[in-house]
Amino acid sequence: MPPLVHHVLAGAILLGALVGLVSYVTLLERKFAARMQSRIGPYYVGWPHGWLQPIADGIKLALKEDVVPDAADRWVYNLAPLAFLVPCVLIFATIPFAPGLGVADLNIGVLFFLAVSSLEIVGLFMGGWGSNNKYALISAMRAVNQIISYDLPFIFAALVPVVLTGSLRLSAIVEAQRGLFGWHVFAFGVIGPLAFLAFLVATLAAENRVPFDILEAESELVAGFRVEYSGMKFALIQLAEYAHMIGTSFLGALLFLGGWLGPGSQHVLVGALWFLLKAMVVFLVVTWVRWSFVRIRVDQILAISWKLLLPLTLVLLMATAFVVALRGAAGA
Amino acid sequence: MADAEARHVVEIGYGGNERLVMNMGPQHPSAHGVFRAILTLEGETVIAVDAVIGYLHRCHEKLAENLTYVQYPSIASKTDYVAAMTAELTYVSAVEKVGKIDVPRRAQYLRVLVAELQRIASHCLWLGTWCMDMGGALGGGATVFLYAIREREMILDLFEALTGARLLYGFHQVGGVRYDLPAGWTEQCRRTMDFVAGRIDEYEAMLEDNAFFLVRAQGVGVISRDLALDVGVCGPLIRGSGIGYDVRRTEPYSSYGDFDFKVPVEMAGDCYARYRVRMVEFRESIKIVRQVLDGLPEGPISSRPGVKSVGQVRIPKGEGYTRIEGARGELGCYLVADGGAKPYRLKWRGASFSNLAVLPHIIPGCKIADVVAIMGSVDPVFGEVDR
Repeated sequence: MPPLVHHVLAGAILLGALVGLVSYVTLLERKFAARMQSRIGPYYVGWPHGWLQPIADGIKLALKEDVVPDAADRWVYNLAPLAFLVPCVLIFATIPFAPGLGVADLNIGVLFFLAVSSLEIVGLFMGGWGSNNKYALISAMRAVNQIISYDLPFIFAALVPVVLTGSLRLSAIVEAQRGLFGWHVFAFGVIGPLAFLAFLVATLAAENRVPFDILEAESELVAGFRVEYSGMKFALIQLAEYAHMIGTSFLGALLFLGGWLGPGSQHVLVGALWFLLKAMVVFLVVTWVRWSFVRIRVDQILAISWKLLLPLTLVLLMATAFVVALRGAAGA
Repeated sequence: MADAEARHVVEIGYGGNERLVMNMGPQHPSAHGVFRAILTLEGETVIAVDAVIGYLHRCHEKLAENLTYVQYPSIASKTDYVAAMTAELTYVSAVEKVGKIDVPRRAQYLRVLVAELQRIASHCLWLGTWCMDMGGALGGGATVFLYAIREREMILDLFEALTGARLLYGFHQVGGVRYDLPAGWTEQCRRTMDFVAGRIDEYEAMLEDNAFFLVRAQGVGVISRDLALDVGVCGPLIRGSGIGYDVRRTEPYSSYGDFDFKVPVEMAGDCYARYRVRMVEFRESIKIVRQVLDGLPEGPISSRPGVKSVGQVRIPKGEGYTRIEGARGELGCYLVADGGAKPYRLKWRGASFSNLAVLPHIIPGCKIADVVAIMGSVDPVFGEVDR
């Protein structure tokens, strides 16, 4: 098979899998949240336990009328969901699900992921600005504030495993985590766990989830930047948000939890299963936090980032580099 | 292009000093009914608030002039529909005061019983909605909301067993109460109280050990002692600002003199202080309910025979004011009777109304997110504000 065909095919399969995964992750989250809140969650659409609910939701959103506000900036407003969706889907291009299973295992995988995922802010801001709605505008303002503040600690936390491995290639980072306690989350006593914690917190903020969901903030800003969106455009925004969330969960599993490594992972499918399992654990931890905390204020969010998370991740990165350099010197 | 001319662009208002006027409500997820706040913003900071009320005005005081003393109690419950029992109680107390009608002891105890159960139910709704204001319908706030609503439902089940209704009860009548306790109700009530008491510990553990909750509640929306006195706030707001004023204690009505309970006072005056006051009130109300159940006297539940027509209760000429401590504060009713079957005039004093007046004093200077937190901590019910 020529490489071009291979890549197109792999991309198409991944895109299809992604849409399915996103739909069913919403069901997982709803069931999980319902359990936390002593409810049942989706139940009636599809027996047992409402497993057709995501499909029904998708059909409902597709059939909804697409409303464009009169005062909206039409071009910006209509393009925003796409500008938001594309980077959120593109991050999956570089993720290896198992050895050799993935679209493109780039030698700059981590860099590509971080660079592309921070592009989502463009779509967010376009949506907030183009809607010509005050709630959306304030939300877009907050989005820029928050994402710029949290991208730095996010990147620094993600760089710790990179320094440990000495490679930006995601598959190489996974291969470096072999062994019982080889996962980077256990690296060097406190450094690994702290870096993983910082990564999780920054993930929450980058995904705009409670307690950092000041963009959506429906008790203040109704629905934030997406307040004017309906129908398929709203569906695209939701898809992008969840895709981003799953993407960062994947990254967390790859960087810190040993990716596909686990008993029987020499088989590609078993390895992929392990990987999905670990990513879902990261996702559920994030969900758990979401459904038990209240939202904090914008000034408090910025204070956490600049006064706590950024210095912490910087120190962690320096300490990791120091330890690795010492080890290298001792080895040489 | 005609289309382009017809376009109305929303005024962003970024001229000069960069101020933005934003409208919150009356249709807004955290408007607590139909409150409209016109906020003037500079970035995220609110510099002025214009509070608009009146969207739920239903001519309650005029209605009272057109309905007889027998008919109106069930309408009175619609002023504060979250705590309907106490609103009814205020009205019938005013009628009894003007008409000099005695109320049997058992009826007095039952009135205290339902008033305290109602306070617990009302505070449950307050806790849930306040957390939802701070935590969002898609976050931890919704979790607290669903927990609190579960407990409120248990109390509503008790009311349903007692009166057949879950929201607006028609339990009180002039001269006593309408229903006696059904069989098995006392045991059910005791079980519910034990259950709710355990749950309140759970809420406190979930909220007070949560740093994010604390940073949102502490130091936000401070009402100083002087401001509380000047504006005339009441209920948990004034007790959260360091003044131990509670009508149940300063001017005991019904049979409150018979029971032992504490009036919680907090000094800080912020949202957290108001939260603490209400959490202690949960426990004190449970204590009072248990005392009532223990000491419930036998006897008739009404001093008047059942009426055969709605115009049968007539009150001699006179006027009077009664006040009680509702879940939101001092609830008053001023009644002028002219000797007929209907009041000549009636004036409500809503606790939410005077509590709401404090908002323009404490909101300017805080962030947008604090506006909803402060609103929630005031706990207004717009049926009572607009009447």
